[in-house]
Amino acid sequence: MTEHLKMDKIQPRLLDETGQGAITKPTPRPEGPLKVSGTARYAGEYKAENMAQGYLVRAGITKGTFKIDRDSVKDMPGFLGLFTDHMIRNSAQGTANTNPVQPGPQIQYLGQPIAVVVAETFEQARHIAHAVKVDYQREDDATPDFSTATNFKEQEKKSLSQGDLEQAMADAAFTVDATFTTSPHNSAAMEPHTALATWEGDKVTVRGSLQMLKYNQNELADSLGIPAENVRLLSHYIGGGFGSKLGIDAACVSAAVASRHLGRPVRVEMHRNNVFEAVVLRTPSRQRVRLAADKDGNLLGVGHENWQSNLPDETFSEPIDTATHFLYGGDSRTYATHVARLNRPASGSVRAPGEAIGMLALENAMDELAEAAGIDPIDLRVRNIPEVHPESGFQYSSRSLAQCLTEGADRFGWSDRKAPKERREGEWFVGMGVASAARTNILMESKARVTLNPDGTALVETDMTDIGTGTYSILSLIAAEMLGLPSDQVTVELGDTDLPHASGSGGSWGAASSGSAVFLGAKAIRRKIAERLGCDPDALRLQDGIATGGNVRRPISELLDGPVTEEGHIEPGKQEVTQAGFGAHFAEVAVNSVTGEVRVQRMLAVMAAGRILNEQTAQSQVWGGQIWGVGTALTEEIQHDHRTGHVVNNDLAEYHVPVNLDIGDLDVLFVDERDDYANPMQVKGIGELGISGAGAAITNAIYNACGVRVRDYPATPDKIFPHL
Amino acid sequence: MEITLNVNGESHRLDIDTRTTLLDALRNHLDLTGSKKGCDHGQCGACTMLVNGRRINGCLTLAVMHEDDEITTIEGVGQPGALSPLQKAFVKHDGYQCGYCTPGQIMSAKGMIDEFNMGWPSNVTDDLTAMPDFSRTEIKERMSGNLCRCSAYPGICAAITEAAPDEGTSKEAAE
Repeated sequence: MTEHLKMDKIQPRLLDETGQGAITKPTPRPEGPLKVSGTARYAGEYKAENMAQGYLVRAGITKGTFKIDRDSVKDMPGFLGLFTDHMIRNSAQGTANTNPVQPGPQIQYLGQPIAVVVAETFEQARHIAHAVKVDYQREDDATPDFSTATNFKEQEKKSLSQGDLEQAMADAAFTVDATFTTSPHNSAAMEPHTALATWEGDKVTVRGSLQMLKYNQNELADSLGIPAENVRLLSHYIGGGFGSKLGIDAACVSAAVASRHLGRPVRVEMHRNNVFEAVVLRTPSRQRVRLAADKDGNLLGVGHENWQSNLPDETFSEPIDTATHFLYGGDSRTYATHVARLNRPASGSVRAPGEAIGMLALENAMDELAEAAGIDPIDLRVRNIPEVHPESGFQYSSRSLAQCLTEGADRFGWSDRKAPKERREGEWFVGMGVASAARTNILMESKARVTLNPDGTALVETDMTDIGTGTYSILSLIAAEMLGLPSDQVTVELGDTDLPHASGSGGSWGAASSGSAVFLGAKAIRRKIAERLGCDPDALRLQDGIATGGNVRRPISELLDGPVTEEGHIEPGKQEVTQAGFGAHFAEVAVNSVTGEVRVQRMLAVMAAGRILNEQTAQSQVWGGQIWGVGTALTEEIQHDHRTGHVVNNDLAEYHVPVNLDIGDLDVLFVDERDDYANPMQVKGIGELGISGAGAAITNAIYNACGVRVRDYPATPDKIFPHL
Repeated sequence: MEITLNVNGESHRLDIDTRTTLLDALRNHLDLTGSKKGCDHGQCGACTMLVNGRRINGCLTLAVMHEDDEITTIEGVGQPGALSPLQKAFVKHDGYQCGYCTPGQIMSAKGMIDEFNMGWPSNVTDDLTAMPDFSRTEIKERMSGNLCRCSAYPGICAAITEAAPDEGTSKEAAE
């Protein structure tokens, strides 16, 4: 049977009544022992009998066509084949559900995967891929440079103009009109994309590094020109995603193609350089933010326009202004998105697409407005929290923003904050900054199968993924809570398209969506137990394997004569509310008065994301967001060669993700909250809320420390010390 | 080329391409996939292992250079049901998320603790001749060659701090 719920109306808070005590409290992950012992296997760690090794060939020009000379390498040791058919230009966009661009002989950026070489061993394949002769026909009209790009086109569906912002700016007592720039980013998940393809007849099984199997199955089938039911995908452990594994990648497609040609299993490992080129990057951006406020700091108008880039024919554009729409009030509002088509790696989702960079600009501008108006930055934010969505007029489903800001201020010691350059410790200026956090909350269709066994164990099955976000943990906790079992009695099977299709991991919707499916499946089992116990389901209490209800108390094992299996199915409904996670970020930084070096001494994130399912894994997600905030604010910057679009720093030595010593004390506080509109568990996403605004708190703290406004991210020392 | 690799106390005879890194020899030929390939460049630390007790990046050295060396990988440190103190502490403190950098973090921590015990200074040590403090800053500096994109650094530091005495931090270093 299937327990189906379309989330059209609010649901009772069952998880407040269940009483097993499995959820919310900090709980170590069930798969932890596998991960710390090297026993958890990732895609590239499986072998198949008679497996061959593939290696991608990269385009060496920016734009044009190519012909590859198979004869130049066919006699090299170990050579098995060289294939160019079905090759995808870049990874599919998140939830694309169809094949990415397959450009045939066309090259549209430097580093594009144009062929796969297959040999008996990895070393042979790599050597052949580097030796193969490629004849290029260059086209000289490539446009690889963002700073000089002229072919911007406004995305009219993303534009909005309400009221009269020009008039508001003219009428205002205080205004900000500032332009910010952000650099391209790479997700840089630790595990490079890898795939192992094996065909049996006309069916292919691919072990890949993928976040969203339901969509990836269709994307791969479409790329190969076969029916989706002939594709099985497996992703049990994924070494991080952050958007880079949302869509099917060139490793999966080329492994499947080569394996089909050769009639033997083929494994393709992307090199780290491929991960920086052939997947997706975050777009660079230019953002103009305008704020108009009256003499008391109340916003009269907000403007947020952006310029970004992507390859031709990509439908994705980063929703940079997402949070600006609903975070603060003001009657006059203007938004516009412009996309330039450039010959460089595709732009796509990198953790919190939109808010991650849009809130840098918005929250820096709010800091500038606070300064101009002489109002404390926290007071300015609190007084501009609108009653209803300033454009749609919808209520907010839950919003503890003011509480996050004010409680955070107390906890962080905000009252000790001084004016710029007033706090000096040795050769360091020290200052504090704040920013709001906001991230749209989304529910996606998701299914899961839940089985309760008479021996008091349970099984959860879904093709959901765990990219490090804690899915194995939270699904076991939800099932344990609902079925009244210790969580170590629940086994969770993920990452197999043969299992019921889940939402996948992305957009911070994974826990809420896949968790709700498990919740519903377990709820149907509870109803059966109640029937057998002879009580009303609402009166049923399940705890530590004992069912109680209607004055009857019996072990669950006695009520079952065999396994009970139910499927849960959640779908988003139509709701007229604004749903988002909210929070507040605080940062204390030290800026070196001689070199301009910035050190983040401590950060605090106060997060309101509805019910928290596991405070330990949720805290880790927020740590991740805070630290990504440090990288965004201070170090992360893809450098493209202006002439060719080449990613110059296409590795982990030159693309600077934060390291252990870069990180000071991190503090995380969760606000006790329920979002009744979100889903039957009242939870909201946390994975991206932690990064949204985090970098802005740091740059605001830089200003408070040393009086230098950096509007060009990242805030490297060269942008600070000349102004000290 | 034929070589013998001694890994986790076991001897393995291999006929191997001279281009094969120690990391790929372990992963592809001995099915010891606990050591991870993150960058294949010596930039991320995911392949950290011990060779004759010292931590190295397995991707930056060729397998044929390690005849007669004692190689220790994460598989030799502890398995589920019999985890080492460091491994248990990583689980307890959530010193990971996706888990891909984790074996390298743990092997690196083991090597680092030994370096402490021998009094090796680091870039953040004030007195190069004194026994270094086993301080948080020292741990962070010495673990900065191991990237964690999930950014579990607070949990990693907590786990190492807790487990170090059980992993044999010498008394002077632990104090």
